[in-house]
Amino acid sequence: MASAAQRRIKSISYAKYGYIFILPFFLVYFFFQLWPLINTFVISFQSNKDASFVGFDNYKTILFGEGTRTARNVSKHFYSTLKNTVILWVGNFVPQIALSLSLAVWFTEANLKIPGKGFFKIVMYLPNIITAASVAVLFLQLCGEAENAPGSVNQLLGKLGIIDFNSTSMKYDSVKFITGQTQSRIVVMFIQTWMWFGNTMIMLMSGIMGINPSLFEAAAIDGASSGQVFRKITLPLLSPIMAYTLVTSMIGGLQMFDIPFLYHKEAKTVSDHLKTVAVYIYEYFHDQKDPKMGYAGAASVLLFIITLILGCIAFYLTRDKDEIAKKKQRKKIAKQKAMESRQLGGF
Amino acid sequence: MSKMNSTYGEPKDNYTAKLRLKSTILFIWFIILTIICLLPIYILVVNATRENSDIANTISFIPGSNLGKNINKLFHDVNYNTVFDVLIGYRNSFIITAFCTVFTVFFSAMTAYGIHVYEFKLKEISYTVILLVMMVPMQVTSAGFVAFMLKLGLTDTYWPLILPSIAAPAVVYFMRSYMKSSFPLEIVEAARIDGCNEFRTFVSIAIPMMGPAIAVQAIFAFIASWNNFYTPNMILISSRFNQKTLPMMASAIQSSDKFTDYGAIYLALALSILPIVIVYVALSKFIIAGVALGGVKE
Repeated sequence: MASAAQRRIKSISYAKYGYIFILPFFLVYFFFQLWPLINTFVISFQSNKDASFVGFDNYKTILFGEGTRTARNVSKHFYSTLKNTVILWVGNFVPQIALSLSLAVWFTEANLKIPGKGFFKIVMYLPNIITAASVAVLFLQLCGEAENAPGSVNQLLGKLGIIDFNSTSMKYDSVKFITGQTQSRIVVMFIQTWMWFGNTMIMLMSGIMGINPSLFEAAAIDGASSGQVFRKITLPLLSPIMAYTLVTSMIGGLQMFDIPFLYHKEAKTVSDHLKTVAVYIYEYFHDQKDPKMGYAGAASVLLFIITLILGCIAFYLTRDKDEIAKKKQRKKIAKQKAMESRQLGGF
Repeated sequence: MSKMNSTYGEPKDNYTAKLRLKSTILFIWFIILTIICLLPIYILVVNATRENSDIANTISFIPGSNLGKNINKLFHDVNYNTVFDVLIGYRNSFIITAFCTVFTVFFSAMTAYGIHVYEFKLKEISYTVILLVMMVPMQVTSAGFVAFMLKLGLTDTYWPLILPSIAAPAVVYFMRSYMKSSFPLEIVEAARIDGCNEFRTFVSIAIPMMGPAIAVQAIFAFIASWNNFYTPNMILISSRFNQKTLPMMASAIQSSDKFTDYGAIYLALALSILPIVIVYVALSKFIIAGVALGGVKE
């Protein structure tokens, strides 16, 4: 017969420690992330003035802008920030992925003898770790467009003879890198690409290095050109990592804030053609004179929904088609076998 | 090699030459990219040492001799040191960043340990929840977050900037994957037999064993928190000068109309990126390896 002590030992369960160890995470998560998320949803259903429940009114105003003139403006404003976000994201993602992918392939190609690969990697990642706020103000200085005292970029262009420099009046015919709509967008796209291509490159590199090397060897023996290797081996096998990059970049792009928010000259007014959705939410939320909390909440929720949809689409487009086809085939074979065995059983 | 050639037929004559040409072209391309990466930072450093009128007139790639005057102006001129005080910025950013880094790493390791080592009912569900919430961007929750902090009266304090770092889903995910591959559960059993209590097992056995993962995540937590502009800008609403973090100081340069001396502006910007560049140069190998591990989100 087991003594009381033995029985107690038998019933020792460490499960409670599991809960104790994960408790801080979930407590903090609930208070500082989940509750604010729910709160954002709640705010999005509340009136802008007195926090009374208004149903889907804020969403209706933002999406359709019916009714008053302010409502139309709120809606117009939202769509223009959405358009800006998309333009800025596409304009930075396309060159970024092209640059990173080509660099990642070249860095991992075994038979190319390039000295200092480690150094190049370190330098190309450097812009990513520099404070984005400082980067924005730095580029604002470098791209200064004043005629008599322009930034370094315009001075360089003047020196190279690309833009006119009037030596009598000491004036530059500056490119409008800050107030010009297209020009300033290009600068912001450049900054984003400049900051992120190193990061994407290293992620893609680790993806390429995860591919079975014997595939590359087999291709080399079969006499495949580097272009063929890229199209037939690297790209298909890289698609999961590419999907991941695409999704994280999209989510990051929708959150784009620091650089568009700070890249303007006059204090306190972000240029209209650089306003992103994140800036829109920030401004509506901080509007002291005319509180628009409800709109900010509704825009946040819409941003959340767009993020979700984009994520799903990206994963759907880049899913492993071969794997799915194989699965189907396996099912078919299994079915056939089952049928056969049933038939045999019938005999 | 020659033997192989005779067996498998003549290789293309110009194969080696072609490879060498390709390598050379790529090398030049990499050099160009290096210049593009470093040029803005180089001009920043050069301009920090030049005089206001020189900077306004022409571009130069050679450092000037005005560094002392620029420093003097930045630190002693009232128009400048009331907008940008690099020491206050360093101090505030460092306080927040240090706490955030320690909290992120310690509590993420703890959560990962709890899920990895113990068997309990909600184990799988809690891990799935952590994976699900990894993707929710801060901008989405920010409206509710600030409203909630306003209600609690915690705006204009550092609590809302430090405490949320305890829950870092991406770091938990990383630590869990690391534990799966290199933390055998037998060690926990052995510690129990030796009479070690559960919490001590975690602190004095698990944490040292997870050194590499903790180091990588600490670096990234440090960089992310140091560079964060969005959250402090939202939470420190009244933006008292003594509370401002370094990125907020840097952004103040842009919105001030008294901060007009180009040399001082460039010097301030250079000082604002100096610590993070030093950290990067010292730890670049770990950082690159860490990114390659997929240990970074954002």
